[in-house]
Amino acid sequence: MTAEAHHHREEHLPLLDGFHEQYSVHLDKFDGPMDLLLHLIKKNELDICDISIAVITRQYLEFIKLMKELNLEVAGDFLVMAATLLQIKSRQLLPRDDQEEPEEEEADPRAELVRRLLEYQQYKEAGMVIGARALLGREVFARTESEPILKAAQNVEGPLEVSLFELVDAFRVLLQRIPVESFHDVAPGDSLSIADCINEILSLLQEQDTVQFDELVRDELTRERVIVTFLAILELCRLKLIRIFQGSEFGQIWFVPAVAKDSAEVDLP
Amino acid sequence: MNSELPSIIESLIFTAESALPVDRLCELLGEFERDQIKLALAELVAHYQERAGGFDLVEVAGGWQFRTRPVFHGYITRHIKTRMSKFSQSALETLAIIAYRQPITRAEVEHLRGVDCGGVLKTLLEKHLVRILGKKDIPGRPLIYGTSKEFLEVFGLKDLKSLPTLKEIQALDAVPQYERQEELQLEPDKVIQVENQLPLE
Repeated sequence: MTAEAHHHREEHLPLLDGFHEQYSVHLDKFDGPMDLLLHLIKKNELDICDISIAVITRQYLEFIKLMKELNLEVAGDFLVMAATLLQIKSRQLLPRDDQEEPEEEEADPRAELVRRLLEYQQYKEAGMVIGARALLGREVFARTESEPILKAAQNVEGPLEVSLFELVDAFRVLLQRIPVESFHDVAPGDSLSIADCINEILSLLQEQDTVQFDELVRDELTRERVIVTFLAILELCRLKLIRIFQGSEFGQIWFVPAVAKDSAEVDLP
Repeated sequence: MNSELPSIIESLIFTAESALPVDRLCELLGEFERDQIKLALAELVAHYQERAGGFDLVEVAGGWQFRTRPVFHGYITRHIKTRMSKFSQSALETLAIIAYRQPITRAEVEHLRGVDCGGVLKTLLEKHLVRILGKKDIPGRPLIYGTSKEFLEVFGLKDLKSLPTLKEIQALDAVPQYERQEELQLEPDKVIQVENQLPLE
């Protein structure tokens, strides 16, 4: 620690002491600069439409300073708001230049901020209202919900179709399993092409009705292999040659031919 | 009117996998008039309300479904594991903004909240409460978001219009360009309930 930093720290020590009792509880409570501003306005018992920018700005900046003292990462959003507050204050202080701009729009430099605050408050409130509702799976249960026997039966009967989102997720899980490569292969040997991979998957589907996601990459669990396989599957899906299923939530992903076995032979580019 | 009709509808809703829309009921029961079906539904709803049992017949996400009464959730969770956790304030705020303002871009949500919403948005997408509606036809073609059917189901809403509503923005001179949402009245008891916890004058 440099001498300067040390000095800086000492200077604020008394402040820090108070911080722990006064502010630490609130720290994670604020959901952003708007939330903090609303809190300050309420704390100072100010009218949201007629806030004292000087008071609010001072307390706002103090808060940011305290966050820094605690080595908390001050999000950029908080700094943007600080700049906005300072800008409003400076505009309030400057005499109005009537000659140059006789425009009457925004006679009060606070107007835009007030509008945003009111708007934000509204949505914060709306969020609380919907959050107070009885939620399905928490307070309310539907008859078909959480029926283990039915769910199990469903898995046997027929798989669910998966969204692209889930497919990407499955790949992410797979990628995480790949051991970290410790060296860089400067000149890769025989690289696998997507077309090869497509053919491989198709021939596999000739032999068996369904192919598991894992099966495709089991023998050669490398990043390249997984990515090429992924692209091949997306391509096959686009060509409508296969369908992708998932047996259950977070379960294995399966592929089946989209057409009958015999007609699966299609010329690939 | 066929005196069996309410019972027929009851059996259909009972066996349905998800909320059964009136349109679907009419399709299944071609031999009955739509009005008859609606009347029978109303009769059923009244029946369950009168009975005040463990569950109700309710309209959610545009369909009819049997749902337990919230008061009994403590008993139900004794044998059913709930996976649903309470939503965080940021999740609820973001959901509210998307619900009232859809279709909306991430930038618009972030402008309203004054904070980065990438993480929250991702979580909401993963929970299928929010979905991508498409791309906005402005430079950069940003994605536009809206709430999903699951959102209505989870929050027990009939449709988006039955969302508890925002109060009129009174002191505002400028209405944002994407402000097109129809404003609805909040149910009075809900207003009181919420305002008690709010830093409002």
